[in-house]
Amino acid sequence: MTLPEVTPPGFPPPYPAGAARFAPGAAVRVRPGDAPGHLRTPWYLRGRAGRIERICGAFANPEELAYHRDGQPPRVLYRVRFTMAELWGPGAEQPADTLDAEIFEHWLEPMETGDAA
Amino acid sequence: MPHDHHDHDHGHGHGPLSPSGHPYRRDDDVPLTYWQRMEIAVRELLIEKGVATAEEIAAQIERMDARSPALGARVVARAWADPGFRARLLADGSAACREMGIEVDALKLVVVENTAEAHNMVVCTLCSCYPRNLLGLPPDWYKSRAYRARTVKEPRAVLAEFGVTLPEGMAVRVHDSTADMRYLVLPARPAGTEGLDEAALAALVTRDAMIGTGLPKTPDAP
Repeated sequence: MTLPEVTPPGFPPPYPAGAARFAPGAAVRVRPGDAPGHLRTPWYLRGRAGRIERICGAFANPEELAYHRDGQPPRVLYRVRFTMAELWGPGAEQPADTLDAEIFEHWLEPMETGDAA
Repeated sequence: MPHDHHDHDHGHGHGPLSPSGHPYRRDDDVPLTYWQRMEIAVRELLIEKGVATAEEIAAQIERMDARSPALGARVVARAWADPGFRARLLADGSAACREMGIEVDALKLVVVENTAEAHNMVVCTLCSCYPRNLLGLPPDWYKSRAYRARTVKEPRAVLAEFGVTLPEGMAVRVHDSTADMRYLVLPARPAGTEGLDEAALAALVTRDAMIGTGLPKTPDAP
C-alpha cells in the first residue's frame, strides 16, 4: 500500500462542514462494501487507501436524494487523494501520479495505527 | 469540374447522388427514444400546469447554450493578472467567480492549479459532471466511456493523444468529479505574456486547457 503526500490546503472549507471526523492529511480507507441504490463511490476506489486532501463541506446525501428523500442530515464530503500505485498496482502507468475523488464520510474508515507506514 | 471524375465512389453504389456528387444523407425517420418522449411529456406537462411557459423554457435553453469556455477563460486570465484573486479563487472558486459577476448558480467550484511540479486533469467517471456554468456544454469525448475509463488509469497516454507531452518529472493529478464539486484547471501562465492585458490573456485560454487535456496557447511571436 502506498499513500500520497498531501499538503493541507491552507484555507478553511468554503461550505459548512459541521463536525468532520477526518482532518486533511489523515489516512483513510474507502469501505469495500456494496449497497443497493444510487451510490457516488466508484467501484475502482472501494477498499483503497488514501489521504484526506481537503474537507469540501457537508452536503445532502445523494443516496437519499436519489429517492426523493431530503438527504438530511448532511454528510461531510472529502476529497481523498490516492496514488496510482494504490489503485492499479504494478500496472500503474506512473506509480507516483495521484487521483483525487470526492468521497462522503460514511464511505471512509480510519486506517488502523501502524497501517499507514 | 471537380466532380466529373468519380474515381472515389462516395455512394458505394447505393442510391442516387446529389448534384454535387455526394450521397444524400438519410432522413432521421426513427422512432423517438424513451428519454426523448420523456422530455416532451415533462415539458408539455410543465406548460399545461402553468409551471413554466414555452417562452421561458426556450429562454432557459438559450441561456444554457450561450455559456461558453470564454467565461472560464476570463476567470483564468483574472487569476493570472491578479495574485489576490488567484488566492481567493483557489480557496473558494464559486465566491471568486461571483466577484466577477459570473453567475455560478449552485456550482461548487474547486480550482486546481497547474505548477512547475504538477499537471491537473479532470474527469467524471460516474457520469459527465462538468463546470457548465463556466465552460458551456461538455465535448462529446468528455462523456465517452473511453475518456472516463482511461483518464483514471492511464492519464499520460490520454494526454499524449491530445498532443500534450509533459516535462520530465512533472506529476499528473487526476480529479474524479464524483459528487458535489465541479473542477476548473488553472493552467500555468505561458511565458512571454508579461505585457498582455486580461482580454489578451483570456484569448490564450482554451477549453481543453481548463479541462487539463490541453495547454494554453502561447502569444504570437512579434
